[in-house]
Amino acid sequence: MTGENPALAARGVSKSFDGRSALKGVDFEVGPGEVVALIGPNGAGKTTLLSILAGIAEPDSGEVAGDGVAWVPQQAALYRRLSVQENLLLFARLQHDAGQTDENPSLMVKRMLDLTGLAERAADRVGTLSGGNQQRVNIAIGLMAGPSVLLLDEPSVGLDPAQRERLWGFVLDLVREGTAVAFSTHDIQEAERYAERIVAVAEGEGIFSGTADELRQAVEAGGARSEDLETSFLAFLRERGH
Amino acid sequence: MRWLVLKDLQILKRSPLQLTLLVVYPVVIALLVGFAMTGGQEQTKVALYSQIPASESLGLGGEEVDGSEIRNQLCGRVECIEADSASDAKKMVESGEATAAVIVPEDLGDKIRSLASLNPESPEIQIIVNGSDAVESQVTDDRVEAMLSEANLLLAKRLSEGAKDYLDLILKGGQFDLLGQKIEVLGLKKSEQILRQIEPKLPPGTDKEQLARAVRFAHLATDNLDLAGPLLTAITEPIKADKVEVGDEAPSLDTYAIGVTVAFALMFVTVLLVAGSLALEKEENAFTRLTAGLVGRGWIIFAKVGLGTIVGTGVALILLAGLGLFIGIEWGRAPFWLLAIVFGAAAFAAAGAALGAAAREVRAATLAAVMISVPVALLSLVPDDAVGPAIETAINLVSAVFPFRPALDAITGGLELSGPSQWLPLLHLTVLTLAYGALARLALRRF
Repeated sequence: MTGENPALAARGVSKSFDGRSALKGVDFEVGPGEVVALIGPNGAGKTTLLSILAGIAEPDSGEVAGDGVAWVPQQAALYRRLSVQENLLLFARLQHDAGQTDENPSLMVKRMLDLTGLAERAADRVGTLSGGNQQRVNIAIGLMAGPSVLLLDEPSVGLDPAQRERLWGFVLDLVREGTAVAFSTHDIQEAERYAERIVAVAEGEGIFSGTADELRQAVEAGGARSEDLETSFLAFLRERGH
Repeated sequence: MRWLVLKDLQILKRSPLQLTLLVVYPVVIALLVGFAMTGGQEQTKVALYSQIPASESLGLGGEEVDGSEIRNQLCGRVECIEADSASDAKKMVESGEATAAVIVPEDLGDKIRSLASLNPESPEIQIIVNGSDAVESQVTDDRVEAMLSEANLLLAKRLSEGAKDYLDLILKGGQFDLLGQKIEVLGLKKSEQILRQIEPKLPPGTDKEQLARAVRFAHLATDNLDLAGPLLTAITEPIKADKVEVGDEAPSLDTYAIGVTVAFALMFVTVLLVAGSLALEKEENAFTRLTAGLVGRGWIIFAKVGLGTIVGTGVALILLAGLGLFIGIEWGRAPFWLLAIVFGAAAFAAAGAALGAAAREVRAATLAAVMISVPVALLSLVPDDAVGPAIETAINLVSAVFPFRPALDAITGGLELSGPSQWLPLLHLTVLTLAYGALARLALRRF
């Protein structure tokens, strides 16, 4: 856990869809400048938890506390027939009109183009960009209002290793500037490589929160052999009946 | 809201096909309808096969109607194509060379002449029409019917005039040509005069009573046959129609045609555009981001209805400008029809938003928009007296919940002073806009 002043915290969050329980009293928190990976099998409740943390979905029970939270959806939420600049300008204007920022929309766009390194592609339609560059624009929109917490839902899905490395270089620059980042992923190696802390969920329950080393230790303590983190995690899940 | 509309206009600009359609569609429709309305002078082609020799005279008591005169009457309203036989005429209709065929039988002349005899027969001609096209068939039926009515009228006049001559002969006397021999007919009036002159000169003992009876009969016959003449003249026009027309008939039809054209274009463009545009928000994954604290769902609906209203109105104006090249549009009434177009566009846009929100996928939304709007619009055009009461009620109910009919009424009312009142349709469109907007908002809850 992060300590006394988390940038974003959730306590006992539960959520059901049509009688099916998606989250069962999950706790979660991320501190300023911290990177937390949310891992778990498909249908574990990762996206639901991120949606609740972002304020897009309401929990059935539990509490969420945190300000300045930006959410970046798994698939690029962009208008493919608009250019990079037009997409950024649209969301800058909407955020400005919604009172999320006082910054001039045009200046905000320029700042984001510089930040993402896409100034040269500003006039290109988003649909013509690579998946990695689309994701950078996608994240840039989330960062426009200068959030203190950035929630990324499986940010590297569909990216090749080089694109993934560029994306994380971009995100880690934000972290160095104090932005807290929580991301969901299926890729255990990605979680180990970029996250300071890992939170594991399975079948709607929070089953682990700690570092990668702590996860390995938990596996070995149960008598299983710990090879790589993915193997350890699978053993951890089996041990708990998931 | 304005940024969303601006964004949608930018997207629209990026789709050359969509943009081209938005401009080309009203232009093409304007050209088609314009040419159809102004180029309607081409006559219906009718194949004619007459077995009566052109020179054969249909003498009716001294009045002559020959075969060529009947042909001229038949072909006055249509373009006649001479056929060599009845089967040739039939083939012309089947092939589409002629829209109808008229077969005049050889015995038509005899039967017409028999009308003036004591044993009248019913003259008949055969009409062949192509029933494969319901609309064209109906138009052809109307034209052939009008054509026959004129021919019948001519015959009736000649028959009555011939019969009247016979009556005059019996009444006033004169010469009658029978098998080449001139026969002198005394006539009832002269008979009466002669009888009256000789009555006082008759010697006593003569049966004066019998003679007096003959004189009374001749007098009564004269009086009654005097009335028969006007009666026969009356049958030349058996049914009289007192038709009163005010104003110019043609512009009303033009106005209705313009109204239907504009309402259809407005419906197509607006419903499809808005349904597709709203569904696109889902397909682009942007909806969740937009509603994550940036824009309320209600404002998204409002923006889409605004987009549809702006684009739909623009398309309708292009269409009207195009139609204005062919037919007269009252530009002085622009505020009225512009109001109708704006209200109609808003109602269609709200309906499109409801469809798009319900479909959640562009192709499904587009398909639903076409499949729902076109049949409902066509139903709205069915005349009330063309169907039974139950179907009429059903059609009226369906028409009332879709904006096409009120939009059509409002537009035609706006185009012409003598058109239907605008205010009720405008109120109707307002209610539909709000209702469909509410439905769209409801559907966005599970978008």
